[in-house]
Amino acid sequence: MALDSKVPKGPIKDKWTDYKNKINLVNPANKRHIDVIVVGTGLAGGSAAATLAELGYNVKAFAYQDSPRRAHSIAAQGGINAAKNYQGDGDSTYRLFYDTVKGGDYRSREANVYRLAEVSANIIDQCVAQGVPFARDYGGLLDNRSFGGVLVSRTFYAKGQTGQQLLLGAYSAMNRQIARGKIEMFNRHEMLDVVIVDGKARGIIARNLVTGEIERHSAHAVVVGSGGYGNVYFLSTNAMGSNVTAAWKIHKKGAYFANPCYTQIHPTCIPRSGDYQSKLTLMSESLRNDGRIWVPKNMDDVIAIREGKKKPTELSEEERDYYLERRYPAFGNLVPRDVASRAAKERCDAGYGVNATGEAVYLDFADAIKRYGAEQAKIHNISNPSKEKIYELGKAIVEAKYGNLFQMYEKIVDENPYETPMMIYPAVHYTMGGVWVDYNLMTTVPGLYCIGEANFSDHGANRLGASALMQGLADGYFVLPYTIGDYLADDIRTGKIPTDSPEFDEAEKQVKGKIEFFTTNKGTKSVDYFHKKLGKVMWDKCGMSRNEKGLKEAMAEIKAIREEFWKEVMVPGGANEMNPELEKAGRVADFLELGELFAKDALVREESAGGHFREEHQTPEGEAKRIKEFQFVSAWEYVGEPSEAKLHKEPLEYENIEVKERSYK
Amino acid sequence: MNLTLKIWRQKDSNAKGQMVDYKVSDISEHMSFLEMMDVLNEQLIAQGEEPVAFDHDCREGICGMCSMYINGEAHGPDRGITTCQLHMRMFKDGDTITIEPFRAAAFPVIKDLVVDRSAFDRIQHAGGYISVNTSGNTQDANATPISKHDADEAMDAATCIGCGACVATCKNSSAMLFVGAKVSQYALLPQGQVEAADRVQNMVAQMDLEGFGNCTNTGACEVECPKGISLDTIARMNRELMKASI
Repeated sequence: MALDSKVPKGPIKDKWTDYKNKINLVNPANKRHIDVIVVGTGLAGGSAAATLAELGYNVKAFAYQDSPRRAHSIAAQGGINAAKNYQGDGDSTYRLFYDTVKGGDYRSREANVYRLAEVSANIIDQCVAQGVPFARDYGGLLDNRSFGGVLVSRTFYAKGQTGQQLLLGAYSAMNRQIARGKIEMFNRHEMLDVVIVDGKARGIIARNLVTGEIERHSAHAVVVGSGGYGNVYFLSTNAMGSNVTAAWKIHKKGAYFANPCYTQIHPTCIPRSGDYQSKLTLMSESLRNDGRIWVPKNMDDVIAIREGKKKPTELSEEERDYYLERRYPAFGNLVPRDVASRAAKERCDAGYGVNATGEAVYLDFADAIKRYGAEQAKIHNISNPSKEKIYELGKAIVEAKYGNLFQMYEKIVDENPYETPMMIYPAVHYTMGGVWVDYNLMTTVPGLYCIGEANFSDHGANRLGASALMQGLADGYFVLPYTIGDYLADDIRTGKIPTDSPEFDEAEKQVKGKIEFFTTNKGTKSVDYFHKKLGKVMWDKCGMSRNEKGLKEAMAEIKAIREEFWKEVMVPGGANEMNPELEKAGRVADFLELGELFAKDALVREESAGGHFREEHQTPEGEAKRIKEFQFVSAWEYVGEPSEAKLHKEPLEYENIEVKERSYK
Repeated sequence: MNLTLKIWRQKDSNAKGQMVDYKVSDISEHMSFLEMMDVLNEQLIAQGEEPVAFDHDCREGICGMCSMYINGEAHGPDRGITTCQLHMRMFKDGDTITIEPFRAAAFPVIKDLVVDRSAFDRIQHAGGYISVNTSGNTQDANATPISKHDADEAMDAATCIGCGACVATCKNSSAMLFVGAKVSQYALLPQGQVEAADRVQNMVAQMDLEGFGNCTNTGACEVECPKGISLDTIARMNRELMKASI
């Protein structure tokens, strides 16, 4: 099947408006005869469920957590971008569009990104009307901060909990519709397959995670907003339950999976402390505005520090290697996320990691404290301040700026970052790749939609800070509710979709068969054993930098782990009860397939772009080198084994933006 | 360190539960409490036993899913944190740790340490929202200035993660801190005024219907709340309720 992005014709700034004016609508009286299933209740799924219900459709929403309010969108810290230009600093729809395409290293679809920028301002209006308590200035107007290396202040925020507040906003909109009976909410339910009838998505098979019951749910359309697949690495900043299952199941039923290799690895996370580690914690990248990153110059010092015989504060300036400042004199510690992450890995691979695992570098605030202290002494007219006074004044400023992050760090690591440098290491936290969708956010299966982080559409090869929340809400509140009507307009006379069809029988049989296998297999190893093993291959060979040899090895190794998994996995407990190990087993089974496709995608993409760095393709200075002939989306069709997936290319054309090289020197 | 764990085991909501003793060894002080539970579970799986079921998800203190009552305290012996943020350095080698679910009549146990907190959702359905359509055609976000003081205070109330520690801690199993937080967030903002009277009445009525107890101002909820929600929110809720009824 040839890919058709269905991007409307016409000038980019008019596309969305003109398109909306011409698409089919469903009459309000008919909407009540139409059912829509929404899988996932994060920002994308939650906002879509609320809006579709408000329009009059009958919505069934599914979440694996005990309440929609707990989806992992809740953990986003920094903020949400919107082209409001409240600061009068030159922001515009075009500039947000431009920054997003450029930030994505010219690997996203122009028309989708422009539409995202266009609706971004509405999101803020909407959320304020819902009672989201964004930060305000003393005049009572909304405050903004700048974020991630752009030239304007367009990020709206609610302390360090913007994701939480936006999700609670969408959850409140859902609550209103649940109370009206327009959303039927299925908490503690997991979608385990999609049901396709006559080529169209017509329902899902879900497991009730409390009773273990397998349920059939039908609808005229199915929307998947199930988030990203960062947990394929085992360790990531994702929630423990975040998974690829819904997205992968629809892939196996005909939805193409796009650009799986585009992963963002965030440089400022708290390092792993041991093999028992279950997840990683991210700290806002704003820390790099004041912290200096270094490792010891001499291996003797590294060893002494690891053995606890020396403290980092005992090392003189000459004994430290501020490697970012050394390699990138112009940008220093403020190089983009991917560059900072790779540089940390390079030093640690060379043996200079400063903790027991060898995977940590220092982020040091001593200079910032001194600098701010001296500044404050001047401001307060203190002449000849003592060292202690400077420290005290400087510490107060650093505390005001980053106090909550320092406290979080201290709780986890049990070290005081005011007195000894923080330790950081990069961690996986967002996946730009995902299910391929057209301009309508429909997958290659009619009636099957994919929104939010689960799809591939807006961020190209790298996502800018504060853009994930924007995309989730744009898709759910403002894009999907229009585009889905165009499709459902043909379904007003269809009537209820029966669940006793052979297609439902077959899908349920498959799901039950797999559960039966897990609960009866006489294996010897736990699910986590395999997940950790997969995670190590992914991190070592499909992580911050990749090469042909490693990727080929990864494909073979993942396949071998998968084969072992299906022989040796041990799942205690039964099928007809709450069984967290059984839930994990199903999710890891899907990660074991996705991982292989991920490696294959990275192998085929013989260029470096954004979060995908191929060692063979770098500039003499060690920077990512894009290659013109790879200016396309890789959309993979499932044909059996992941290694045999068939590649379809969607060429990317840039008519409204000039394709340039990134440089940070 | 080596520890003895006394853990509440209960097969399902109908079964009779009991405390069961387990031993774990070589626990690192750097582990989080839930990572220690992971170690126990891996150990149980290896022995062919069923692991302990417990709720958890983000493991960074924001989703509100984790809910353990440890040594008689919701989220254990530390302040301003959820169970997932509790670290083993709070314990000593040789300690015996008692781990129970969040107990309340309105939070029935589903399995082991997992409880059903859907009563919280139903209270929100009763009025935890502002009735505005999500069409995007609302007024401009800056059309109504809101005093920074009110906005900040609304934000403080809005940080509630709905974990239920307040209920588990309260001797009356009262949910007033939770309901007070939501009522306060909207009561402090102009957007919330239109429906203020109906909201507080409906939410409080639902809270009573769910079987939560009343507040007797002991303040234990505020102490154990991982997000530091203030008792003031309960006072504000009562004021709103009074205002609505006259």
